[in-house]
Amino acid sequence: MDLFEYQARDIFEKHGVPVLAAAVATTADEAEKAAATIGGKVVVKAQVKVGGRGKAGGVKLAENPQDAREKAGAILGMDIKGHTVRTVMIAAAAPIESEYYLAILLDRSNRTFLVMASVSGGMDIEEVAHTAPEKLAKIPVSAVDGISLAKAKEIVAAAQFPADVADQVADVLLKLWEVFQSEDATLVEVNPLVKTKDGKVIALDGKVTLDDNADFRQPDHEALVDQAAENPLEAAAKEKGLNYVKLEGEVGIIGNGAGLVMSTLDVVAYAGEKHGGVRPANFLDIGGGASAQIMADGLSIILGDKDVKSVFVNVFGGITACDAVASGIVQALELLGSKATKPIVVRLDGNNVVEGRAILAKAAHPLVEQADTMDGAANRAAELAAK
Amino acid sequence: MSIFINDASKVIVQGMTGSEGTKHTRRMLASGTKVVGGVTPGKGGQVVDIDGHQLPVFNTVAEAMSATGANVSVVFVPPKFAKAAVIDAIDAAMPLVVVITEGIPVHDSASFYTYAQTKGTTQIIGPNCPGLISPGKSNVGIIPADITGSGPIGLVSKSGTLTYQMMYELRDIGFSTAVGIGGDPVIGTTHIDCLRAFQDDPETTAIVMIGEIGGDAEERAAAFIAEYVTKPVVGYVAGFTAPEGKTMGHAGAIVSGSSGTAQGKKDALEAAGVKVGQTPSETAQLMRGLLGR
Repeated sequence: MDLFEYQARDIFEKHGVPVLAAAVATTADEAEKAAATIGGKVVVKAQVKVGGRGKAGGVKLAENPQDAREKAGAILGMDIKGHTVRTVMIAAAAPIESEYYLAILLDRSNRTFLVMASVSGGMDIEEVAHTAPEKLAKIPVSAVDGISLAKAKEIVAAAQFPADVADQVADVLLKLWEVFQSEDATLVEVNPLVKTKDGKVIALDGKVTLDDNADFRQPDHEALVDQAAENPLEAAAKEKGLNYVKLEGEVGIIGNGAGLVMSTLDVVAYAGEKHGGVRPANFLDIGGGASAQIMADGLSIILGDKDVKSVFVNVFGGITACDAVASGIVQALELLGSKATKPIVVRLDGNNVVEGRAILAKAAHPLVEQADTMDGAANRAAELAAK
Repeated sequence: MSIFINDASKVIVQGMTGSEGTKHTRRMLASGTKVVGGVTPGKGGQVVDIDGHQLPVFNTVAEAMSATGANVSVVFVPPKFAKAAVIDAIDAAMPLVVVITEGIPVHDSASFYTYAQTKGTTQIIGPNCPGLISPGKSNVGIIPADITGSGPIGLVSKSGTLTYQMMYELRDIGFSTAVGIGGDPVIGTTHIDCLRAFQDDPETTAIVMIGEIGGDAEERAAAFIAEYVTKPVVGYVAGFTAPEGKTMGHAGAIVSGSSGTAQGKKDALEAAGVKVGQTPSETAQLMRGLLGR
């Protein structure tokens, strides 16, 4: 899960990373009050989980609370690269002398953690990495040893931070490591980390990505989910414990196993090219041991998607053999009754496939038709969706 | 021959007394795997009867190894306790640890992977993987044993069900070993490790490599194939239609910006001379073409 800037700021503050006074506002009124509380000049910043908001006009300096009100009014409701601005952060304005970059992240390729640090902060760091790689220090961090004070000093020296801020930056790095580790983050990025005119080092803007697998030991993280932006179908699926992603398309997909479902989406998209460009409507993995109830839950989510014109159930019978899956489909359709309204193409293969196909054939549900192969089933489902 | 496991592999099951552990111990035994015991901290000294096999339970992997001579461990421990279980196995210098558990925090898997590297005596497969099978010899994990028999094809895949699908498509030919390496961002054994082992295995004559979106493991594997692998390789990549920034089931299956795309992986594999199928069936056909069957 990616966090908003204000959420990242709050987590930084909780772990002692120096940040500026700030508050969030969802209306111009609230923005004015927040600016009055903070006092002096403030910055009004759009809260969107996408880069480039500054260029899009989503960050404005306000001279006073009245000005903050006007700026917030203009920014709230803006569309930035497809993201609607629902919240702004009002932060104290700081007189900046220098801008730096600091990040801790999971380095998948090398299966370790990595610190990236640069004294050329404030701009797009991918651009720096591309045009001036010598300005970006990359130092691996052991997942066992982490960042000690000695390691932090080594990183600060490698990135050539000026002597007058070296100790402060090392301290920030130690605290960012605490954020990274204790919050189960996979990315903690500060861009820019600034030195103010009075010589203080402050995290001015931050980005944090949290590991959803760690939710069981991070009870506070649930409150950080952006419910307003959640697709209602995705929210309903999550409530039922289903692994569902809404896509733009017409063929509803249910399958078992993440890889097989990804593959199913691709095969449907190829088949759709011959049928007016229909596309898969969703990703839905019901897992290896799919019961009738899970199948019914999955079907009801997909049939609740108004874009869906046909459904493709693609199951490889492994641990749960095809006869059990077929019985699950039959029972699921009984549970759904008149709510099942769209044609369903079923492809079963693998263990006990003969028995499984016989169960579906015997049930002879008017909406269900079977196909022998994955490619054939994808083609039929696409054809039905194009009608 | 086969890679990583063979008919002499002696397997212990960490988490054998849990429901998943018991269920899959039964399946592994039924497929002829030499399961010699289990590990559940606090339950040492018990003996569990699974389909007539009297399996001793130990508190630690070290005890299990010295009592049974086990050289493979398979982990069915829930995410919360998985790190401690894997560390226990590494401390015992267990040569091969296969972590089936899905949903382990990446800080935990990065930590036990690093620890294993430091010790240098344990190979980890997974986490979030179906395990591996050398049909007729040994089956460590949850891959259904009855899809196909032994044969000349080696298979490496991030995905469980796509592994089963590919084994099924080529069931008349058979497999030397099929390895599910897992769909997490940090895994212990990579495509490259398996490609190297298959290249060096005299009984493997051709290789199927299945990848998916996320990370750059397939791109690295492509470079490795160009440099090291002389046996024919066919490839398949899942996730062409996956949108940017959305996790598709597997924790590691996510396109970030322009990196980790299926197209990029397919291009890299093709540039290395690997024939890449557009669907699993087409990939199987490519393999048939290479083998003349």
